[in-house]
Amino acid sequence: MTSAIVCENLVKTYEDGKRSVEALRGLELEVPRGECFGLLGPNGAGKTTTVEILQGLIEPTSGEVQVLGLRWGAGNDSELREKLGSTLQETRLQDKLTVIETLQLFRSFYRIGITPQQALHLVDLEEKSSALVRTLSGGQKQRLAVACGLVGKPELLFLDEPTTGLDPTARRRLWDVVTALKATGTTILLTTHYMDEAEKLSDRVAIVDQGKIIALGTPRQLIHQLGGEHVVEFSLQQNGQRRDDLPPDHFTRVATVHSATREPDGYLLTVAEPHLAIPSLLQQLAAEQLELASLTTRHVNLEDVFITLTGKRLTEEEDN
Amino acid sequence: MSHPLYQLIRCRIKTFFREPEAIFWTYGFPLIMVFGLGIAFRNKPAEIITFDVVQSSGGQRVAEMAKNQSIIVPHLRSVEEANERLRKNKTPVVLEVLADGSYCYHFDPANPDALRAKLLIDDTLQRAAGRRDTVPTSIQQVTAPGSRYVDWLVPGLIGMNLMGSGMWGIGFNLVDMRVRNLLKRLLATPMKRSHFLASMIGTRVMFFAPELTVLLMFAWLLFGVPIRGSLFSLILMTFLGAVTFAGLGLLTACRAKRIETVSGLMNLIMLPMWLMSGIFFSAERFPDFIQPFVQALPLTQINNALRAIMLDGATLASQWLAILILVGWSVLSFTLALRWFRWN
Repeated sequence: MTSAIVCENLVKTYEDGKRSVEALRGLELEVPRGECFGLLGPNGAGKTTTVEILQGLIEPTSGEVQVLGLRWGAGNDSELREKLGSTLQETRLQDKLTVIETLQLFRSFYRIGITPQQALHLVDLEEKSSALVRTLSGGQKQRLAVACGLVGKPELLFLDEPTTGLDPTARRRLWDVVTALKATGTTILLTTHYMDEAEKLSDRVAIVDQGKIIALGTPRQLIHQLGGEHVVEFSLQQNGQRRDDLPPDHFTRVATVHSATREPDGYLLTVAEPHLAIPSLLQQLAAEQLELASLTTRHVNLEDVFITLTGKRLTEEEDN
Repeated sequence: MSHPLYQLIRCRIKTFFREPEAIFWTYGFPLIMVFGLGIAFRNKPAEIITFDVVQSSGGQRVAEMAKNQSIIVPHLRSVEEANERLRKNKTPVVLEVLADGSYCYHFDPANPDALRAKLLIDDTLQRAAGRRDTVPTSIQQVTAPGSRYVDWLVPGLIGMNLMGSGMWGIGFNLVDMRVRNLLKRLLATPMKRSHFLASMIGTRVMFFAPELTVLLMFAWLLFGVPIRGSLFSLILMTFLGAVTFAGLGLLTACRAKRIETVSGLMNLIMLPMWLMSGIFFSAERFPDFIQPFVQALPLTQINNALRAIMLDGATLASQWLAILILVGWSVLSFTLALRWFRWN
């Protein structure tokens, strides 16, 4: 059976007046059927461009794309669209239609699919069936958008930043919807800049930065790549004065340390064994007459992977 | 599952009727226009002319004589006061009776109202003094329905409404959907683009039937505005108008990414037609050298044809030039709009 998605050396350049912006610079990707695949990256990394090329909404500047074994523009676009479902980023459905009317409209475009009521059931929105879209909360609107993507019973579902701007409870409810969909065997391509979302929902994750994939694997594998499973974050002071002028290399001698980076408010070490690393760190600090201003430990997450790979935070470019 | 075209049209109609403002501007506003302008320009009873007479014994005699005349009302005033009022245009004419008993009229002959007042006053006073006409005259009053301002206005308002609701109804909604990313979202489904565009234009044309009925009924009931030509010709002509402006609306909105852009473009396109296409006064009043431009505007042709059908009882065949120009506009705007249309 063919893969759900294959991208080879995908390049997309936007002409913006005299400036040309390279959104994708040779992106490679293969997603097997039945997988929930996460594209994780900061805003402007090229995630939405990738998803829109995969849905045949924009054309790549160069490179090869295959979706469910078919190519866009080869005469069977309509057949391909029948098999895809999507939620696009920042889509606002018609305020003056009811939930069920919206779903009936979307359902009418597909030859086969589930009933609007079944779609509502999947996203747990049945009680809002006859409510106008404008009266829904942000989370309910987003679940309706997912339901619109499901009425055609898609083989491949695109979820582009499905939880951006939602409160934690609404995010969790949407995660439940996606988890339930995964169980039905639908292939899902999810883009997000929330590392916890990618970690929780994706079977595999690709980390995208500046139009390229810089890391690929299961969340566990990626975390494992860092060597250490744990993070020690701390900040220093000396005679009551804050000290953050030491280079991060200064702490590579600490026991079981894998990497050391400087953070805006101190230092971050990834370590294999916190019970060995912390006494060793304290010993070094005592010898150098440095004091701890703060110290926390936690498990490594995908955000740490991203920071280690790019030196940037995932949410840093939020304003772009 | 029902046909996508049916669903698209059903959703457009539902969103329209859930928008009270849209209903007001489409159905209510034209009625207010007909009512307001019909009242303002209704045929007035014969005018009464009020004017100043300089205080003197001769002036007193004139005032006595005018008492029995219904159409002139003199006011006796001091010479200073009367001249001051003339200067401020508070009286059209000042009449001074000179020492030899002759009448001297003070007025600005360049002011047509003043000239008319002088002629009426003099005529009335001369007759009252015993003048006899050398040739007998008589008057035939013409105020039959069909020749009044309100009769002339209603077809123009139908045309204006066709333009306004066609352009806004299509243009505004399309750009709104583009801003909402909804056009792109629809494009991601197997929806046929032709179904979508047909639903936009189809609903627009469907809305026009009740618009036309309401406006015509109102104008007929309140002012007795007639329809002398065939109703079929009238409906066909308005249908063609609705299609033409739907096409222009589509063209205006085919690429605009923001509501502000499309609003500006709409006004730019509609303003010359508001001014020149003969909604409130005849398009013939513009100088000859811009007539080719004025006549090429679709609204001018719709207004002319609607007036010919409603007021002169013209046949559809006699309006072939208007029909040709409108079909030309439709074909041009639809072709360009579809070529340039931007879904995202």
